Amino acid sequence: MQNETVHITPYRTHAWVLITLLTFTFITITVTWIDLSALTVFIALIIASVKAYIVLTYFMHLKFESSLFRVFVFMVLAIYVLVILFTLSDYLFR
Amino acid sequence: MTEEKTHHPEPSFLVDTGKYKGLMAWLTTTDHKRIGLMYMYAMMVFFTVGVTLGMLMRLELFYPGQQFYGPQVYNGIFTIHGIIMIFTVVIPGLAAVFGNFSMPIMIGAKDVAFPRLNLFSFYLYILGAAIALASQFMGNGPPDTGWTFYAPYSIHTHTNVVAAVFGAFVLGFSSILTGLNFIVTMHRLRAPGMTFFKMPLFPWSLYATAWIQVLATPIVGITLLMIIAERWLRIGFFDPSLGGDPILYQHLFWIYSHPAVYIMILPAMGVITEIIPTFTQKKIFGYKAIAISSLAIALVGYFVWAHHMYTSGMSTTARWVFSLLTFLVAVPSAIKVFNWVATMYKGSISVKPPFLFALGFIFLFMIGGMTGLSLGALATNIHVHDTAYVVAHFHYIVFGGVGFAFFAAVYYWYPKMFGRMYNFKMANWSFVFLFTGFNLLYFPQFIIGIMGMPRRYFDYLPQFTLGQQLSFFGGVLLVTGFIIMLITLFSKKGAKAPDNPWGGRTYEWTIPSPPPQENFDVMPEMGLDEQPYDYK
Repeated sequence: MQNETVHITPYRTHAWVLITLLTFTFITITVTWIDLSALTVFIALIIASVKAYIVLTYFMHLKFESSLFRVFVFMVLAIYVLVILFTLSDYLFR
Repeated sequence: MTEEKTHHPEPSFLVDTGKYKGLMAWLTTTDHKRIGLMYMYAMMVFFTVGVTLGMLMRLELFYPGQQFYGPQVYNGIFTIHGIIMIFTVVIPGLAAVFGNFSMPIMIGAKDVAFPRLNLFSFYLYILGAAIALASQFMGNGPPDTGWTFYAPYSIHTHTNVVAAVFGAFVLGFSSILTGLNFIVTMHRLRAPGMTFFKMPLFPWSLYATAWIQVLATPIVGITLLMIIAERWLRIGFFDPSLGGDPILYQHLFWIYSHPAVYIMILPAMGVITEIIPTFTQKKIFGYKAIAISSLAIALVGYFVWAHHMYTSGMSTTARWVFSLLTFLVAVPSAIKVFNWVATMYKGSISVKPPFLFALGFIFLFMIGGMTGLSLGALATNIHVHDTAYVVAHFHYIVFGGVGFAFFAAVYYWYPKMFGRMYNFKMANWSFVFLFTGFNLLYFPQFIIGIMGMPRRYFDYLPQFTLGQQLSFFGGVLLVTGFIIMLITLFSKKGAKAPDNPWGGRTYEWTIPSPPPQENFDVMPEMGLDEQPYDYK
């Protein structure tokens, strides 16, 4: 525990992250006005994934932690994706 | 690992040395050993309530037709029997009791990583259990949905579903925090030199379990909240009359509740993996295979949930995909069984009570596992779905597996916990009654299940009478065995236990019985050449 280093993120980075997240939120709302039919959910998920990536990387400091934490997060996301895929094996083929 | 024997001037963890004495000292403790024992006492109370409810069901089913109470009471009894046994006994079960008591010592730590969080988890457990139990007596009567709270019935029933669901939700938080605590403990507090592949296999099984607890439990938490939201706000998640999909509820519920079976059984397998090398005085066969199979069970077990749903109306594609995955999960389970048997081969076997219960576990788990495969196969599942066959299979895994492993663990670590031995003869008799009673109780359920006896039915056709009556007598024998076990362990003090009564090789057997407050005077260190289970 004594060897841990503490990384301090500059305010400027936080500000850029905030602006990026707000921009993506604006895009999320904007695309609801466009009829994308089957692509609607797909686009919404892409935007949400990008936002989650930014939050994990900067706000949750994943960028500055040891690779073990990145492995854990990757593993959790992989399980999540597989759960969705297996659930779709029901919904897409009913 | 056993060579360094030290004599500790420090008092045992059972002695109050802090600010408080007596009950307050226990209720405010952050000592992992005391918290483990508190879980054990609480679970014994809940288990007794659950068994009593189970026997009330068996009594009603002794003859066809109504005997003592009506169908609505029967529905309430089987629901709360399930909620108590699943959420307060077998899911926290071995991990909460023996994970807390033994795991930190086995990895050479003074405590878990977050001792206060550990106590908080215990209080969440008590709070959740109290809410679930209170649901029996509040509002419009006990919930009658079964422990699965299937929608849309759980949305429409006027019984007290919300309290029971909220109780399960709180219990889930306790489980998540315990899992998180154990993961951090095993990552950060292992003894110097103890790499992951030198860690004993009970902690390994807890590590795999903890990941399921952390990753799967939030899903059921959200799902249960969705039930409450649906009841109060009429949102339309699951209720077809509101535009919802009831099969979505089943997906979300089983995404947690099937891995929950592995939360129950993995620590049980871990206990058996400790007991077998100790009582055969032989190095465990296939250490790495057993360790990795725990992770494999945790991982593959995550993706088999829909085998509970073959008759729900989900797609044919999903049915064969999940059937295939179900067969895959049998592979790592079988690896463990083969390795246990291989460890016993040519071992110096000593048939003491913990070993007897471990053998009982293997026998019952094998029956439970094999019948699980017949349920996992699409063709046979259609015939036996929702029959007493499922009841039998489920109890062979959950009681025959987890229950017998729990009893084995109690008999194994009891001398370490209390510093006293117990009467082996009485303990062996408890095994005879429990084992015979268990098989007499549940094996007839396989037969009447195949004959067509539905599960959760208050009444039945005359051809099922003999099977139901045999089950009742099995239940009586089982309860007798349980009482003999309690008398054996708690009626009178046995001889003082030595530090290492069984000749075990893991760290808990290197310290006094009962352990001192901070476990080790000198923190253990594992040499380069040392291995766990280094018997010869």
